[in-house]
Amino acid sequence: MTPALATAGLTKRFGSQTAVDGIDLEVPSGAVYGFLGPNGSGKTTTIRMALGLVRPTAGTVTLLGRPMPGDLREVLPRVGALVEGPAFHPYLSGRANLARLDAADRYADPRTARRRIDGALDRVGLLHAATKRYRAYSLGMRQRLGIAAALLVPREMLVLDEPTNGLDPQGTREVRQLIASLGTEGVTIVVSSHLLSEVEQVCTHLGVMRTGRLVAQGRADELRASRQTSVRLATPDVTAAAAVMERLGLTGVTSAGESVTAVLGDVASEHLVATLVGAGVAVRELVVNRARLEDLFIELTGEGFDAGR
Amino acid sequence: MPAADPAFPTTAVPDEVAPAAPGVAAAAPTPATSGTAAWLRLLRSEMRLMLSRRRNQAGLGVLAAIPVVMAIAVKIANPSDQHQGESFLSSIIGNGYFVALAALVVEIGLFLPLAVAMLSGDALAGEAQIGTLRGLLVVPVARARLLVTKYVALVLGSFLGVLVVAVAGLVAGGVLFGLHPVATLSGTTLALPVALWRLLLVVLYVTAFLAALSALGLFVSTLTEQPLGATVAVAIISTTMWILDTIPQLAWLHPWLLVDKQVALADMLRDPVYWPSMRLGLLTDLAYVVVFLLAAWARFADKDVSG
Repeated sequence: MTPALATAGLTKRFGSQTAVDGIDLEVPSGAVYGFLGPNGSGKTTTIRMALGLVRPTAGTVTLLGRPMPGDLREVLPRVGALVEGPAFHPYLSGRANLARLDAADRYADPRTARRRIDGALDRVGLLHAATKRYRAYSLGMRQRLGIAAALLVPREMLVLDEPTNGLDPQGTREVRQLIASLGTEGVTIVVSSHLLSEVEQVCTHLGVMRTGRLVAQGRADELRASRQTSVRLATPDVTAAAAVMERLGLTGVTSAGESVTAVLGDVASEHLVATLVGAGVAVRELVVNRARLEDLFIELTGEGFDAGR
Repeated sequence: MPAADPAFPTTAVPDEVAPAAPGVAAAAPTPATSGTAAWLRLLRSEMRLMLSRRRNQAGLGVLAAIPVVMAIAVKIANPSDQHQGESFLSSIIGNGYFVALAALVVEIGLFLPLAVAMLSGDALAGEAQIGTLRGLLVVPVARARLLVTKYVALVLGSFLGVLVVAVAGLVAGGVLFGLHPVATLSGTTLALPVALWRLLLVVLYVTAFLAALSALGLFVSTLTEQPLGATVAVAIISTTMWILDTIPQLAWLHPWLLVDKQVALADMLRDPVYWPSMRLGLLTDLAYVVVFLLAAWARFADKDVSG
């Protein structure tokens, strides 16, 4: 299968600073691809290059099977995009702003414009505010209008850059539901975020950026499985506890002071507790660390969320 | 969140989602209307954007107010203070027609160039600043198409500005002094319909000057993401040219200045019309249009849009 978006050695340098450093992105067709990384890690610049807004210093972009920016005029009508937050004319209403973008689309049929515009507004729950000036929109409404702009005509692919930025939890959940429902309709979606938790649940694939490099990429479940569930036991009987764990087949058993840690593997935690108690080990506290993508994300990006500049 | 309208499929049907075989690109969407109709739709949208902006409406109001103020000032002035002379202003008392011409001569120096400077600041720098430029480019609008549309909109906006000055002048002059057959600078008299036709030619001549200034403005607008910066730059360039044009020691420079032949619009009121200066003026306009549109394209075609 041809990937919906593929880059090879994609690089962008601004002066002496390298914003994107030779990345090989691969977004399979039909995927919901979470494009993650701290602020300033090069996500937006990569998206700008994919959409032909910024010229790569080196490397190539293939979007829906066609080279970019060479075939931009053939490819972009099939792609809906929200780049680096919503941007509209403040003194025009939401509907008038969408009408302007629709008028700019030479493939859009003016006879159906009103119906398509209101359909897109409805889909993001903004129909009631259609005549309100953009200036008066809340940040959440602005984000949703930005998504509506990407939905004006049927698309094969959507590129949503930080669509949940600045939204309250309710708004974030709505955007997530929208992405999930579009994903099930077969649209390939690239959704970028600096907050893993906001998009993790809806993504089939993930790519993680750090200081201009792509440090991980693959199916979300595979990335999740690459990190193992561990267990930490607090007990005065360290030696006995370690022996029980090794007997049960836990790996990487290490003891320090009054606690023992190990990789849980296939062993159920309740079975471990029952066996420990049965063996006379005093269990003060048992903590199971599930494989959280969040931890992987922090591991990959090093310093945490807003670092990496 | 409301469910999608069933009549409005937000996504492509699955057949279309299937990726093309390697090397065989999926068919690009076909335009719903002809290229010209689509372009006119974009131009209409551009004009609507320009005209719906309060600041631009206020600007048109200011342009229209100048001839009205001039007409009232002449009307309430003591008739004995009226200077006799060749200027249009002195002819107003006898014929309201001259309010329009006098207003155009007054506004061509600052107000009309300032209007062009504001509109060209908005054109690309303004859209870049609020980020709508990237929205248009990913629709996509081809960059050449966007540049041409922006330029045509600037020229139409300029024409509208000049027309508003002329019409406001005719109305104010007509109300306060009446409209009569027009005495030309050559001493003959033109019937009012002929004189109005000449006035339209003056409007077009001034529009040609502003069209040249618009090309310069559009180029400046590709250089920055600060609309105010672009506006100030264009206003400074225009005003500087008017100043340089008044310095006799710089006579060698004058033919190169865009503004040098603009007051030649008075030649339209000779009988017959005296064309040589205006022909030179139009050629200068054309040279500025060609040079600065090419410069704007050279700058905009490959520009990274990161604002």
